[in-house]
Amino acid sequence: MSEKKFDGVLSSVQIDALREVGNIGAGNAAIALSEMVEKRVELSVPKANLLPLAKVPALVGGPETPVAGVYLRVFGETRGSILLLLERDSAMSLADFMVNRKLGNFDDEKLRRSALKETGSIISGAYLCALSELTGLNFKQSVPAFAMDMAGAILDHVLVGHAECEDYVLVVETDFKVEGVRIQGHLILFPDLGTLSVILERLGVPIE
Amino acid sequence: MSEVTPVGVAEIRASKNSEILASYGLGSCVAVAIFDPMKKVGGLVHALLPESRGRDSGENPGKFADTGVASLVEKLIELGARRRFLRSKIVGGACMFEMPSGAWSSSGKDGRSFLSDIGRRNVEAAKQKLEELKIPLVAEDTGGNYGRTVKLNTETGDIEVNSLFHGSTHI
Repeated sequence: MSEKKFDGVLSSVQIDALREVGNIGAGNAAIALSEMVEKRVELSVPKANLLPLAKVPALVGGPETPVAGVYLRVFGETRGSILLLLERDSAMSLADFMVNRKLGNFDDEKLRRSALKETGSIISGAYLCALSELTGLNFKQSVPAFAMDMAGAILDHVLVGHAECEDYVLVVETDFKVEGVRIQGHLILFPDLGTLSVILERLGVPIE
Repeated sequence: MSEVTPVGVAEIRASKNSEILASYGLGSCVAVAIFDPMKKVGGLVHALLPESRGRDSGENPGKFADTGVASLVEKLIELGARRRFLRSKIVGGACMFEMPSGAWSSSGKDGRSFLSDIGRRNVEAAKQKLEELKIPLVAEDTGGNYGRTVKLNTETGDIEVNSLFHGSTHI
């Protein structure tokens, strides 16, 4: 496959195509989540954007901002990784909804982590499922890994795997409301070398 | 007090003015501070990967710990530091995600050991380069599974390390 030199600028048609994938993916995720928490889950129209790696920490308020990160590797016909970043408060509320009670004390830390890992897995699975339907490509995801720490530190880990290939990442901003409580999250897709051009080609909007 | 200058991923900064150089939210990345306490010249490199292994790091030496350290030393000498008085400190090199075993089995290329080990290897690569250049390592705060923010006072070589859940320290 020919590797086209990619300058990091997507056309509005390409952005729209990726946003549409995000839309369907977020829809899938909302249904899955609402079934799990047995509550009404509303979602906003997601924003899709291609960003230079260095700009990612700013999305969540800078490299020192405390966030929860759920990290999964994607493999199959194309490769990459997915990171779900949730603001700390959003993560806490989401975990509470998942286990259906207030997780106040320290002993529940493990439960909270586990709930958030599962959420990450569901959301990323929903997105990949949409992507798979639209592109005909086959994706598998690894089990999730979890960390709660500074945004910059969490991103470091992901950047390492990508520092030698793509300098741009696809960010889908998701904004959920569970029973009126706003949960803000960023689903960040790190496509491995060439993956993004394959995806865009399959979506019928190839990189020229 | 002195101004704070951020040193982002793959960046190198050196200063002979009283300045605070800061790298925010270091995970597996490593920050190497090198300074001449007599001439009061100091600098910081914020490296992402251990060794350049001959890869072209020409335009971006700060991406790798080995080329980053070498390039920082050159910058310091240019600013008037003397090689034999240089001292160094290392911060960072954590392992942020403990990937369950087997998670990488299908991703090939030994991906698992590569990623979970990268912090430790970053620290090692920095130490090796410092030893090669005969620059004594006087302090370090490395490893663990948490993020750190590092602030270097270029005049004194004093470093403040902050974390979210593991307190603050001076080295």
